[in-house]
Amino acid sequence: MGSIANAFSSSIGKKLIMGLTGLFLISFLVVHCFLNSFVFFDNTGVLFNEGAHFMATNWIIRAMEVVLMAGLLLHIVQGARLTFQNQAARPVKYAYNDGNANSKWYSRSMGLLGTLLLIFLIVHLAQFWTVSRFTGIPTVDANGHEDLYAVMKGTFSNIWFVVLYVLAMISLAYHLLHGFASTFQTLGWNHKKYTPIIKSLGVWFSILIPLIFAAMPIWIYLGL
Amino acid sequence: MSTGNMNLTLKVWRQKNTKDKGKMVDYKVSNISPDMSFLEMFDVLNEDLITKGDEPIVFDHDCREGICGMCSMFINGRPHGPKDAVTTCQLHMRSFKDGDTIVVEPWRAKAFPVIKDLTVDRSAFDRVIAAGGFISVNTGNAQDANNLPIPKAQADAAFEAAACIGCGACVATCKNASAMLFVSAKISQLALLPQGQPERYKRVQNMVAQMDAEGFGNCTNTGACEAECPKGISLENIARMNRDYYSAKFVSEEEG
Repeated sequence: MGSIANAFSSSIGKKLIMGLTGLFLISFLVVHCFLNSFVFFDNTGVLFNEGAHFMATNWIIRAMEVVLMAGLLLHIVQGARLTFQNQAARPVKYAYNDGNANSKWYSRSMGLLGTLLLIFLIVHLAQFWTVSRFTGIPTVDANGHEDLYAVMKGTFSNIWFVVLYVLAMISLAYHLLHGFASTFQTLGWNHKKYTPIIKSLGVWFSILIPLIFAAMPIWIYLGL
Repeated sequence: MSTGNMNLTLKVWRQKNTKDKGKMVDYKVSNISPDMSFLEMFDVLNEDLITKGDEPIVFDHDCREGICGMCSMFINGRPHGPKDAVTTCQLHMRSFKDGDTIVVEPWRAKAFPVIKDLTVDRSAFDRVIAAGGFISVNTGNAQDANNLPIPKAQADAAFEAAACIGCGACVATCKNASAMLFVSAKISQLALLPQGQPERYKRVQNMVAQMDAEGFGNCTNTGACEAECPKGISLENIARMNRDYYSAKFVSEEEG
């Protein structure tokens, strides 16, 4: 026995963990993007704060936050391990390797893109997550909810943070451009009937979600 | 396309033995016919080296008609050179231009150590096959046609997987030196046919375990292997292997 335990330590098992956690993080992006897009519809921030208040007080969301952090951590740790193991599988590099002839640069750079995203995430969590969870938000809005919108406005009045967020979303777009379709291949879902649909869905998702996210700091910076 | 004979500069990996560090060495070849194969061009270079009293360049080759899987050069950054769906022996010098510089290296992977010059040890593949790439039945005499009905699409998919010649181009080009395309083809050719069913879930577990033990990297779905495979083996085989592996580990009662 013990086959399930060693299943996850095999090369296919490690892929499966990357794929499943990746898919889970994709589902998180959808929720996060949907709630944050409230900023486009109400520049007083009341609607946005309403959403933030719901997320902060709903116990299912609170429980899922722990799962999310665990999933994110697993994705990062496993991704780093895979990157190092894969580099070790070719100790002597090629003098000349024409990678662009057979694969996309972003498919070969998932470790690099992931590292850029990790750096962004540390900044991002320090700016919003630790403030709303631990250090506390100083002001309240018209509804008496914690004014996370004001924190957002403060952050994005600095053009350099806007630039950082936009650059991070470009990294996210390329990370997803490989990751979305790749997850389904890892799960074994490759078939000529639906793989083209997954691939085009992946391209649309990879452009649309980061685009909406990137628009938020720009929107707030411009005071729209 | 060149018609006249060509003069070329080659940058070739030279390595005396497994211990030697090795280095790239420049060679000039002249009066090369565009109709020669890449290996024949190397034969000319080696004749030259032997005449001069130098050590000829060691490289793998056998059938020279694209079916044995022995030739294995990494040419200008791609396994089997710039053409799609051909092996190095099927690559002709008309694919290059007069005056070109061509970089030639051995397959690079921890699991494929260089033996000498451009020859690498691919016995890791043999050990993966020995771990389960077979069926344990006496085949006896040839059966009557259609004794075992197999749908045409199924037979075609098995045949396409079986086209793998085990050259190792997939490992060579993969940024992770992963062998998943090879292993999945060898699993699929049996998993798709009735004769392969009794050992199907045992086979996938054992062959994947051996693949990992050999020190190949982990697949990250870049698709480079499929693009470079001289036999056009599809990524669908890797997806099938993944499915079989999950079935074997999480559902089947067969232990590896």
